[in-house]
Amino acid sequence: MKKALIALILVFATLLAACGGSPPAATSNPTTGATAATTADPCGVPVKGRCPTESTALTGAGATFPAPIYTKWVDEYNKLTSVQINYQAVGSGGGIKSFTDKTVDFGASDVPLTDAQIDAIGGGLYMVPTVMGAVVPTYNIPNVTASLKFTPDALAGMFLGTITRWSDPKIAGENAGVTLPDMAITTVHRSDGSGTTGVFTDYLSKISADWKTKVGSATSVNWPGGVGGSGNAGVAGAVKSTPGAVGYVELIYAIQNKISYGVVKNAAGKYVEASLDATTKAADGFTMPDLGNLRGQQAKISITNAANADAWPISTFTFLIVAKDYSEKGKAQAILRFAWYGTHDGQSFTKDLGYAPLPSGVVTSAEAVLRAVTSGGFPVLPK
Amino acid sequence: MTRTFDRAFATGVAALALLVPLTLAAIAVLLVIAAWRSLTTFGLSYFTTTVWDPVHFVFGAAAYVYGTVVTTVVAVALATPIAVGAAIYLTEFAPRAVRAPVAFTIELLAYIPSIVYGLWAIFVMVPVMRGVVEPGLQATLGQVPVIGRLFSGTPIGLDLLSGGVILAIMILPILMAVSREVLLAVPPTQREAMIGLGATRWEAVSRAVLPYARPGIIGGAVLGVARAFGETMAVTMVVGNSSRDISGSLFIPGYTMASAIANQFVEADSELYFSAIVEIAVVLLLVGIVVNGVARVLIRRSIADRPAGAVV
Amino acid sequence: MALAAIAPSSAILARHRVRPRRRVAEGVVIGLLSLATLVGVALLVTILGYVVVRGLPAIDLAFFTERPKPFGEVGGGIAPSLIGTVLLAVVSGAIAIPIGIASAIFVVEYRSGRFAGPVRFAAELIAGLPSIVIGVFVWTLLVRGVVGHYAAIAGAVALAVIMVPIVARTVEEVLRLVPHSLREAALALGAPRWKVIMSIVLPTARAGVITAAVLALARSAGETAPLLLTALGNDFFSTDLLRPIGALPLQIYRYAISPYDDWHTKAWGASLVLVVVIGAVGMLLRVVARQRVR
Repeated sequence: MKKALIALILVFATLLAACGGSPPAATSNPTTGATAATTADPCGVPVKGRCPTESTALTGAGATFPAPIYTKWVDEYNKLTSVQINYQAVGSGGGIKSFTDKTVDFGASDVPLTDAQIDAIGGGLYMVPTVMGAVVPTYNIPNVTASLKFTPDALAGMFLGTITRWSDPKIAGENAGVTLPDMAITTVHRSDGSGTTGVFTDYLSKISADWKTKVGSATSVNWPGGVGGSGNAGVAGAVKSTPGAVGYVELIYAIQNKISYGVVKNAAGKYVEASLDATTKAADGFTMPDLGNLRGQQAKISITNAANADAWPISTFTFLIVAKDYSEKGKAQAILRFAWYGTHDGQSFTKDLGYAPLPSGVVTSAEAVLRAVTSGGFPVLPK
Repeated sequence: MTRTFDRAFATGVAALALLVPLTLAAIAVLLVIAAWRSLTTFGLSYFTTTVWDPVHFVFGAAAYVYGTVVTTVVAVALATPIAVGAAIYLTEFAPRAVRAPVAFTIELLAYIPSIVYGLWAIFVMVPVMRGVVEPGLQATLGQVPVIGRLFSGTPIGLDLLSGGVILAIMILPILMAVSREVLLAVPPTQREAMIGLGATRWEAVSRAVLPYARPGIIGGAVLGVARAFGETMAVTMVVGNSSRDISGSLFIPGYTMASAIANQFVEADSELYFSAIVEIAVVLLLVGIVVNGVARVLIRRSIADRPAGAVV
Repeated sequence: MALAAIAPSSAILARHRVRPRRRVAEGVVIGLLSLATLVGVALLVTILGYVVVRGLPAIDLAFFTERPKPFGEVGGGIAPSLIGTVLLAVVSGAIAIPIGIASAIFVVEYRSGRFAGPVRFAAELIAGLPSIVIGVFVWTLLVRGVVGHYAAIAGAVALAVIMVPIVARTVEEVLRLVPHSLREAALALGAPRWKVIMSIVLPTARAGVITAAVLALARSAGETAPLLLTALGNDFFSTDLLRPIGALPLQIYRYAISPYDDWHTKAWGASLVLVVVIGAVGMLLRVVARQRVR
């Protein structure tokens, strides 16, 4: 009797869960703009409130680099429209694979897909630039709180394993005012498939022919030695807890975790601090290539080692990956409106979180891409 | 009427029960299919090369196998003396009132979820390894000629040694429980005979009881090996996940097979890369089957062998 | 040879001479053995101690009722993961417990059947598999296959696969303890096989069956690796089986490898919750088991 009761409860609970109860919706702002004068389409852009036909729940996965600001946008977008966008920061590689397997609704990556990856995606994709960020070398040397200066050669040497101690003249020579201990260098890199790795190795390949031939540039490479950490978070954590470590993370991870980060000599020979201005300068004079057709053109998206005298040499855009066509219109609406929100209103959060906002020319490219997405062949966003 | 219902009931039960071997078969089949590209592309070289290069499409899991073997060996080497020692103490020498409660306490370790072990390992164990244990080992055993190589390199705490230590803690309760069960199964006549011959208690244990219990204890160790092989999360968090250097130092931030899958599965973006990772899973499947089978045979034989009149 | 040992004179003399050294040796050994025991106990105390001490600061009302804040912001809670763990437990239990019990019944009660051996063997083998392998399997079958995306149901199935052997093994042991005389008496009275099992054997083994179910649930509550590949995680409240879902172990893992101190504390807090729940369940089981002992 009791067993039957328990079984009944289990079945009941399962049925209840399977019917997919809608979770308690966050309080959303009442739709504004419903005055008689404007006939603003609630499903249009800019995003003012709820759109009745957009999906209420989306899943996205990808880069950890922009995760702090994406999760902020997700939170704000939820308050605005009650749409729940579940973004999981599994790394750019994970984002690309999940998007390819269609196990998520959209992906996110700091680097463009390779030709092979593009070919593997049935139906094609668009890359939507969202923010700009700086990758910084971060380190943990006891009693050293100053911002160390690194030449490109020094960085390449440390990660190649040819420079093994902090007292090495290639590092110490540039940092006359700082006493560097004769401590072993432990390099920390990403153990997962990472866009941040992609950007960093892209930079290293540009400034070191040795690196380019021995290791190359990708989201996941054969690192010569060092310790692996999972996600930007894992690398920051590993650096923070390992004396003598040096790693590479997105600027905000170094700031939020109060770990020291250094300055790198840029292409113009100048030591520039990793500031938001310096990041934006890296995009000076930059035009976006065709974001729907990057096959063979991936290098055109790279802004590392930029020519501008005040540019931060390891800067990058980061992107959302969306399909060219979505069979479910509601899904497309939610994704595109969210991306529109991020590239417009969402830009106001960039500075506080350590990202540089998109230059206006790039925002225009993003808008063009978002308007180009179709559902069943028809454009999703109203004119 | 009841006859047909009886038959229907039996069929129903059988249907549900047969899902179990069906699932095992499905696991084997699906994994082998997914790993097929890698199996046919690399063949045996998969196990002999340590190069794992997604950019140049060369994959060799030798380093992962090495890491798994090393961490498992360290784990068993550390856990066995402690587990068997505690089991002996608690079955032969401890004051009777204390035996069951203390055994129960140690066996509680088995109920702590693996992720909690991982958390404790990252924040408590690794700093101690890095700051105290590893430098200590390097200063002492590291200076000894042959085994010194095991302790060379900069101690960072996130390495094969830490992986082995956390595994040791995790297999301790299993080893102890099995050893206790096996020791309790030894007929008291063994001990009594030795004591009758004038042996001290320890001599009775070491010369009459232990040899009798040895197959079962080894079986327990094999079970521990099986558990260590499959442990994923706790090891992933402390083993380093980076180097494919198999030069022999325990201070190298290596991988185990399970941690390699955990780290790279979600993002293996090319077909070959993906199938190379699934091939690791296939190897784990095969090894798991073999090791588990051996362990259970050993233990069952040891316990079943006790003669009539034994007090359990 | 035994006679020779008890023989007087030379043997007795030998004993008197050697005894002190042997006693000392025994003392040393016993000391070492007790040390080993102490290490075992100390480990448990240390680990649980840290979980309690580091986890308590995280515990407040928000921890249990709110959802996580964006990266780096302090506050919020792990409520979605708590709900997720419960939901996953219910669904995986609904799948695994019937199959596990049926499997045990099949092996014990229908022992002469041709497939009883393979069923038992398969259950033991699956029990020995690394949980990540089961995660890979369910990912291939459901996430990339039948369902098409990360979903709670995939996580539940993965957990169920892990649970079935645990339930089966424990229930099997308990069923074997039911005296044959009970079965034979019922059969002699003309009861059909199914009735013997459902009305006589299972109720007698009830405490053991409940124990098995609860043990399996407790074990599944702590599994992380398979969920990484199937349930993915979700920072919003969700009970939809076809959407990704959060779970306590997932949350602990993601927070543990993050660099934020607030998240580390929350990871300890979540661990404390897990350990307390498993501990409470275990205590309850012992009480139930003791009550039912005839």
